Amino acid sequence: MKRWLPKDFWTRNETLVAGVIVLFCIIATLSDPRFLTITTVSDLLRAAIVIGILAVGAMLVLVSGGIDVSFTAIAVFAMYTSTVLSLAIWPDMPWPLIFVIAVCLGALLGAINGFFIAFLKLPTLIVTLGTLSVFRGFLLTFIGSQRISDLPPAMRDFSRGVLARGTTEAGNFYSIPWAALALLFVIVLTWFILHKTMLGRSIYAIGGSVESARRVGVNVKWTQFFVYVYVGALAGLAGIIHGSVGRMADPFSLVGLELSVIAAVVLGGARLIGGYGTLTGTLLGVALIVIVQNSLIVVGIPTTWQSVTIGLLILLGTGVPAYRAKQEAARAG
Amino acid sequence: MSNQTIMKNVTSAPEFRLLVIAISVFVLMSVLSPDRFLSSQNLTSMAFQFPEFAILALAMTLAMMTGGIDLSVVGIANLSAVVAAVILTTFTDPAMPAAQSALWLTLAVVAALCVGALAGVTNGALIAFFGLPPILATVGSGLVFTGFAIAMTGGSAVMGFPGTVALIGNAQIFGLPVPLILFAILAVVLHLILTRTAFGLRVTMYGANPLAALYAAVDINRMLLKVYVIAGMFSSVAGLIIMSRANSAKADYGSSYLLLAVLIAVLGGVNPYGGYGRVIGVVLAVLSMQFLSSGLNMLQVSNFARELIWGALLIFVMVINTQALASLRDGFGKTVK
Amino acid sequence: MSSERDAAFIDLRAITKRYAGVTALQDVDFTVQPGEAVCLAGENGSGKSTLIKIISGVEPATEGTIRIAGQEHAVLNPRISAAAGVMVIFQDFSLFPNLSVAENIAFATQLSTRERFFKPAATRQIARKALDRIGVEIDLDARVETLPVAQKQLVAICRALASEAQLIIMDEPTTALTEKEVRRLQGIIRMLKEEGVAVIFVSHKLAEVLDVSEKVVVLRNGKKVAEGPASEFNTQSLTYHMTGRDVPDVTPRTRRADAETLMHVNGLSKAGSFEDINFELKSGEVMGITGLLGCGRTSVAKALFGLVAPDRGTITLAGQTVPTGDPQAASRARIGYVPEDRLTEGLFLSQSILRNVAIGRLDAHTSGGFLNMNGLLAEATEWLQRLKVKAPDVQAPVQSLSGGNQQRVALARWLSRAPRVLILNGPSVGVDVGSKADIHDIIRDLASQGIGIILISDDLPELLATCHRILVMRDGRITDTLEGGTVTEEELAHRLAS
Repeated sequence: MKRWLPKDFWTRNETLVAGVIVLFCIIATLSDPRFLTITTVSDLLRAAIVIGILAVGAMLVLVSGGIDVSFTAIAVFAMYTSTVLSLAIWPDMPWPLIFVIAVCLGALLGAINGFFIAFLKLPTLIVTLGTLSVFRGFLLTFIGSQRISDLPPAMRDFSRGVLARGTTEAGNFYSIPWAALALLFVIVLTWFILHKTMLGRSIYAIGGSVESARRVGVNVKWTQFFVYVYVGALAGLAGIIHGSVGRMADPFSLVGLELSVIAAVVLGGARLIGGYGTLTGTLLGVALIVIVQNSLIVVGIPTTWQSVTIGLLILLGTGVPAYRAKQEAARAG
Repeated sequence: MSNQTIMKNVTSAPEFRLLVIAISVFVLMSVLSPDRFLSSQNLTSMAFQFPEFAILALAMTLAMMTGGIDLSVVGIANLSAVVAAVILTTFTDPAMPAAQSALWLTLAVVAALCVGALAGVTNGALIAFFGLPPILATVGSGLVFTGFAIAMTGGSAVMGFPGTVALIGNAQIFGLPVPLILFAILAVVLHLILTRTAFGLRVTMYGANPLAALYAAVDINRMLLKVYVIAGMFSSVAGLIIMSRANSAKADYGSSYLLLAVLIAVLGGVNPYGGYGRVIGVVLAVLSMQFLSSGLNMLQVSNFARELIWGALLIFVMVINTQALASLRDGFGKTVK
Repeated sequence: MSSERDAAFIDLRAITKRYAGVTALQDVDFTVQPGEAVCLAGENGSGKSTLIKIISGVEPATEGTIRIAGQEHAVLNPRISAAAGVMVIFQDFSLFPNLSVAENIAFATQLSTRERFFKPAATRQIARKALDRIGVEIDLDARVETLPVAQKQLVAICRALASEAQLIIMDEPTTALTEKEVRRLQGIIRMLKEEGVAVIFVSHKLAEVLDVSEKVVVLRNGKKVAEGPASEFNTQSLTYHMTGRDVPDVTPRTRRADAETLMHVNGLSKAGSFEDINFELKSGEVMGITGLLGCGRTSVAKALFGLVAPDRGTITLAGQTVPTGDPQAASRARIGYVPEDRLTEGLFLSQSILRNVAIGRLDAHTSGGFLNMNGLLAEATEWLQRLKVKAPDVQAPVQSLSGGNQQRVALARWLSRAPRVLILNGPSVGVDVGSKADIHDIIRDLASQGIGIILISDDLPELLATCHRILVMRDGRITDTLEGGTVTEEELAHRLAS
């Protein structure tokens, strides 16, 4: 007999998070029928693009058994530097080229992380804490610390591009920007790497057991290196999208979000010990965080309690499985 | 012969390297900017600046000794400060006699410390009884603590304290800034706890091998609770100093201190996987950082460059330390096989 | 002879290996024919793991020649060795707990063919083929972490087969298996041999694999000391060759007949682990608990020390009930437990010898909130001397000691607490022969001082040499109680297996 649901369906974090989201939507719709409309959904989607791309990267690092807290600094660095560069040398640079520069800058900074982690074998948390300061400090000292609202015109063009827009019958405006395609692209690409290439399987293998991976012949160093470069590239992409959509290159934005993004990924079932993490879970985690950040007021919780709510969700989302595992271990003896 | 080996032990300790770094930074800054760096005004202002984040680094050190981490220290500090501030602004007014406002100040300080202890109990319970990884437990609880502070204040600063509040952060006793004295006391206390008490030894041993601690009948749950309670109360003290120096309390003060605290602890030679750490190392790391940042300030280097240098320093020290570790491991491996 | 060597799959000649002045292997010849099963026996430190590392290309030999399948290799690395068909199954199996059975089996194969893309269908096919070859059925989609130990081993074997193994080296293959599982493993080995796959068993306990093996090679102190057809060896002769001496026939000292009962264990049960455990332990008695791995002996030991909470049952010590499931309470009642795995459970390897002993006595040496360091030092030093721990300095990390001395440090921790009952789980695992005899002496000494000792072990000579009474466990129950001094090793082995 074919199983319709995975055996551990009911105990998975994905299920828990999806349940909370559904519950939230039900309560929200009951208290405000306008909640469940395309307007809200498109607003939430827009808010989720940048965090979503960052979260996919953070998930990949967790799967490989590491942790990265520098990706927000990479994102800002890539965004601001590519903007400055474009304004300086070719203000009419087409946006795809600006994007490519940002992605390459991100990959380059990621390679710095990768070098220290994969080749010098330093602890990932410490390295990325250090590079977080270095990247940010370098950006603000040597490249600039002024907000730029006069972006290259091509970036503004990008931010105006929409896939769909319209007005609902109730007269509410909605739009889905081009940037949503970027998130989709990142998801598909990452899914392909993780599930369809040996490289992706090697990332899971390393997260499961570095020693075993080495023994069966996985090139651990280069695989780890790839992870940090890829995450850097994703951060660069997220950064430039953030700048374009927000129509402002703000060197102080994004940094500080890193722990929330990691929390979203962990909520979705990725484990800090490595080897576990799914795209579905990650996106659900992001969805939950974004909903809480944007729509808490709808269910009657004042915005000032947003932090408390997210904190409690993280504690619940990670505490329930942790406590269950602890009980299980005690039972096994 | 034995003197030589003792010397060798001393010079190969990570703390010795830090001492060298601290002294060289001090000398370098003194040479680069002798009249300003060595001025009593600058020395005093340094002594006022660093204790608040240095105390957070002490809290972080204790948590890291167990192989954990406490990412909620800044949240606890701000929540404690906000609670104290709310008590002060509610029950005192500037016209109140000093004796009376001192009484309220004492109460506010006690309340702040209780908040720290309670927050620590929460962290400890999440980690010990529910089995959450310390990173996640304290990221979550840190958001909750910060969140409470936001909810209590609506996100704005609480101010309007009686003059007595300045005692904690701005006064001097025998020419020594009060924050510096507080830091010195806490550093000595933590040093004694770690090296001279049963609890401290258990913390170190647990950090070195949690499973062996379980088999040695160490009451791990109680120990972890204590660790996070102490870390929480240290954070409260830091919060009170910040409050007094800023003459206000706000939910998002000192947000850069979190990474700084981790950075200082690791720079100070504390093993982030647990089992090794010395307060003297952390103190030296704090001093190096302060000399560096204040000297850079004299040299008109921006705050941002400081961040850059801190991060680079952290990685630099890690590279040195782990290469030492790697060669140690090789040597050990050879004798075993 | 020479034609036999030409046909050999593995042919090592005059292999010497030195590490920083220490000779780990000296002038060892070693051959394995296709389809042959060889037992490589030796104590810890005899050089058997070094030999395996050389064959699998992990370590280069200092001198000597290596031929695999007739081809001489001046330089050997893990990749070359694997390409030639040499596969090592480590004791921990080196599997990926988070990946599926199919992926675990096919992973190495797909890497070696430099496949860029991951193809689920091909993966399943590779895995299915390997499983079919040894005739076992395991859910291909199950995550490996959910499998029992024996199935994990089968997955590891299948992974080796999928990579077209010509020689499978198995490190301690039977320690974690029940008797039934061992028999199944034997069947699989026979099948592999018929297909021409050679097998090397690396172990210090070889009784279970002797009858599927053709040849036995014994190493001691880096030298080959015995080689011959498996039929010429039995447990005793293996032990003799491995240790270089006949294990002296020691029997437990007679205990006082009027000794009072120290510990009562009544109806101790835990679902899935052990059921209805009852016994009495007298003062000065050494009581053994034995049984195959997984019979529940370690769970019972842990339950006695509070590390495992039983569902029901009581433990009383000198008339007082000991709360169950609480190691601190057990330790306050002066029960001590020296765990099975010294390196991960027993000792704080990076910490000093002094601290490793002192951790048990911190409260007794605390006054006014502070530790009396001199008192701790004096007490620890005294115990280390009494147990004859050879250590240059009590401040040296415990990892600098030899296995035997490490075990004594673990003992010193509990002895300094003046225990009434001491539970020793596998006290001589991984220590050299001399230290083993010393530890047995210590056990007998402690018993004659009136301590009740519970010895958990599957080392039959050890049980016979020290125990007054031996409880045999099977499937979580006590199935036999044997009097020490009267029972023979064959009889004990029979009771264990039946």
